[in-house]
Amino acid sequence: MELQAVLMAAGGGSRMMELTYNTHKPLLPVGNKPLIWYPLNLLERVGFEEVIIITTKDVQKMLTPDRLKLDGKMKLDVVCIQLEGEMGTADALRHVQQKIKTDVLVLSCDLITDVALHEVVDLFRAHNASMAMLMSKLHEFTETVPGQKGKKKAGEQRDFVGVDATGQRLLFMANEADLEDGLTIRKSIMCKHPSMRIRTGLLDAHLYCLKRCVVDFLVENKNISSIRGELIPYLVRKQFSKSVNLPNNKDEVEMSQKMEGQTNLEILGSCKDEELLRLTQERSCWNDHHGDMSEAYHGGKVRCYVHIMEDGVCYRVNTLAAYIEANRMVSAGVGADSIIGASCQISDKTSIKRSTVGASSTVREKVKITNSILMNGVTVEEGCNIQGSVICSNAVIGRNADIKYCLVGSSQRIEPDGECLTVTQNAGIHLHYVYGCLFICVKTHSTPHSSAVSRVCCVHVCVRQRVAG
Amino acid sequence: MADADETSKQAERNTNVGDGIAVKKQDIARAKNEGKELTKDEKQRLRKEKKQQKKNKKDDKGESEHENVPLPPSQAVVQCQSQKVCTSEKPAKSKAEQRAERRARQEADRAAKGKKGESAQQPPSGKSKAPPNELQPVVKRLPEHVQVDDPAAVRKLAKKLERQQIPVRSEYGYKVSLFSHLHQYSRKAPLTQQISIPSTVIHPYIVRLGLQYSQGIVAGSNARSIALLHAFQKVIQDYKTPPNEELSRDLVNKLKPYISYLNQCRPLSASMGNAIKYVKKEISNIPCLCKEEEAKKQLLSCIDNYIKEKITLAATTISAYAIEKISNGDVILVYGCSSLVNHILCDAFDKKRKFSVIVVDSRPRLEGREALRRLVKKGICCTYVLISAVSYILPEVSKVFLGAHALLANGYVMSRVGTSQIALVAKAYNVPVLVCCETYKFCERVQTDSFVSNELDDPDDLMVTRKGKIHLENWQDIRQLGLLNLVYDVTPPDFVDLVITDLGMIPCTSVPVVLRVKNVDQ
Repeated sequence: MELQAVLMAAGGGSRMMELTYNTHKPLLPVGNKPLIWYPLNLLERVGFEEVIIITTKDVQKMLTPDRLKLDGKMKLDVVCIQLEGEMGTADALRHVQQKIKTDVLVLSCDLITDVALHEVVDLFRAHNASMAMLMSKLHEFTETVPGQKGKKKAGEQRDFVGVDATGQRLLFMANEADLEDGLTIRKSIMCKHPSMRIRTGLLDAHLYCLKRCVVDFLVENKNISSIRGELIPYLVRKQFSKSVNLPNNKDEVEMSQKMEGQTNLEILGSCKDEELLRLTQERSCWNDHHGDMSEAYHGGKVRCYVHIMEDGVCYRVNTLAAYIEANRMVSAGVGADSIIGASCQISDKTSIKRSTVGASSTVREKVKITNSILMNGVTVEEGCNIQGSVICSNAVIGRNADIKYCLVGSSQRIEPDGECLTVTQNAGIHLHYVYGCLFICVKTHSTPHSSAVSRVCCVHVCVRQRVAG
Repeated sequence: MADADETSKQAERNTNVGDGIAVKKQDIARAKNEGKELTKDEKQRLRKEKKQQKKNKKDDKGESEHENVPLPPSQAVVQCQSQKVCTSEKPAKSKAEQRAERRARQEADRAAKGKKGESAQQPPSGKSKAPPNELQPVVKRLPEHVQVDDPAAVRKLAKKLERQQIPVRSEYGYKVSLFSHLHQYSRKAPLTQQISIPSTVIHPYIVRLGLQYSQGIVAGSNARSIALLHAFQKVIQDYKTPPNEELSRDLVNKLKPYISYLNQCRPLSASMGNAIKYVKKEISNIPCLCKEEEAKKQLLSCIDNYIKEKITLAATTISAYAIEKISNGDVILVYGCSSLVNHILCDAFDKKRKFSVIVVDSRPRLEGREALRRLVKKGICCTYVLISAVSYILPEVSKVFLGAHALLANGYVMSRVGTSQIALVAKAYNVPVLVCCETYKFCERVQTDSFVSNELDDPDDLMVTRKGKIHLENWQDIRQLGLLNLVYDVTPPDFVDLVITDLGMIPCTSVPVVLRVKNVDQ
């Protein structure tokens, strides 16, 4: 076997708690399919027959094939991990290390893309790379996000990605947060690759092809806990670090390992490097760079490659804005303006535009739904007007409610004639505050129309607490 | 038959040229129908007729040249033409005619003896479809990779690939008409697009190898062979004999789809073909009672030995021979990047010979840069020119060392495109041309031109970016424009002075002898 797929579905979705407090992130409906369906579909289309899914117990119960609506016969091997404290993706990978026998393809459950996967894997194969990853151009989200004031700030920290002249070899990677005074690039990198392009508008799709020896390296070094945050930058840096003089016999290898303490990635990788491969490279008249006196790849054993998607669909659904955009894109991708789920009851004189309506929903007469996302089991009474909003599952929207750019939580009720607009954003930042804020139109007040109220109302429907007054 | 003879004789006597031709045609038709035997009869008849018609009946004598011919129509055409010549020269030149008759008789004899060899004499050309010869039932079958413009051959190939579960690679771009019988693929559309990613049908090492071939990462005859054998080693290591099957038969069948796949990625080279033949032979020679582990070990060691003997040790031997030909003060010209020639030069430098090198390079591959790098890194004095400057630089050159992709059975050298030009110009300047080639690259194919069997590389390689502008970017939109990116060409043996192989230094025309000796050994 060549590659094993590992799907990371244990993340909590900490950047969109409003949606994930009730529904787990892998099961969030996007275009009426659970979020985890998209990476699984990608793997299936390409020809994978088995996937290892790492997730929590709750999600595991829901991951039955009919729930997932998978067409093919892909075998899902679900591994549970305890979510105690912060278990990073690298820790999760270490957890399943026994099952991994070949090179591994690591995916995140929130990736929606139509990339031709062979482009990434071909880089990995052809250059015998230690790591190959996928990146895509960052899309600006233009739609107004419910619960946020105005345009989304560039609050996300930028990634600085340096690639060589061909655009495939990854030379440098750092997050803005790690760069205190400015960008520092080692001279050895500049000597070997005098022409480097640094790009900032890229989204890391969290799709990595890793060699088997990298997984073994992870097992030895338990202090690496996140693939994206620690392992990848380490590998990128390792390409240019001074190579250890590779000892020829095994005794020296063990001695040097003990001396170093930490197992050297190169030694692990190079033992596999064979005489014939070296001979082939020696006889081949190919070089990946020209102009200096070094051999192909500058003699380096660790190589990292990146495939940058210039066009095509690639979203990581880890924020609310991305979620909404993904829904929009999926319905556009299907070709329809809107997607209506199964077992929906939609009465006459309703207008549903550019929206997604989840399964088993009920929509009564004279309802206007525009630009919105309704999850499963939502009931919308007559005369409602829903615009630019996200209504989570099993919510009930009362008669004649007017909802604009709001986010209605799960199992909430909007009273009849309720009106909510969003202006301020205040809810998103602090978790406590989200749970503490009150949706004014709910039962406690009897005059939902008062303009003062509707102007200042908060968007989030509180989950458990209701603050009186 | 005697009656027939008599009637024909009478016919000849009584008719003039026009009728005579008709009679001759009848004769020829009759001759064809009755086969070989008539030849001798025809000859006897001819002699009798000549004795009878020794008077100045030039027409009859001209016609008689026709009679003795149960020859293939192509030669018949030749005869017709010669007859026409004769008839136009009405004034009797008896000696000339007699000579012509003698010649005709000799040709008839030769044709009678060489009938079996005629099918071999017909040039194995892809384009020319030899007129179906009733006397030659054996027509040589053309390899499919030079029949891309024949839809039947393409369909056959597609069926074979479908059976082996290998995807068909689609052709790309407009092909220049002279080369439309060859495959032309695009590097941007690799075969891996069409196979599942954790490849199950094809062994992962073979997929990787095919990708490296098609992207040019493994390039050069020796490198490709070594990589191929390495991949085969991996395949053999991972192989498990299915129940009720024998390793010696099943493994060969397993290798067939892999070879088809590699062929689709990039056409196999002659050296690879020989290596594959060797491996298949070794596999089928495994005794049936041999245990799987032992058999695998034996195969792996066979492959190791092959590489050691045919490539590594051969290189050392060739280098030892070649160094005798390098003297101090030499200026050596090399073309492109040949691993063997680089090895020879590096060895010679290590043995303290003083020489300098001129590296000639050509677009679009520009492989000379790599050769230049390796030689300069060693410490050799080098000059770098493009092939357009070769006639300018040749007066300074004392020897030319060329590498070869394959050596053909008729002594032609198949090498990177441009080699034949270098050899030609060197010949014009009387500079000795030495070709270095291991014996495992000798192949039994015969080729006299570079059209019939060649390889077309990606035409987009010819696009060049200068100052941010990509020239020829929209070449596909111009209907009359075709881009041709040839990979190989053949150099005739007249231009090559010596071939240095691991068996010694031989002239180019001794290649068939080596092949014969090799076959006897095996």
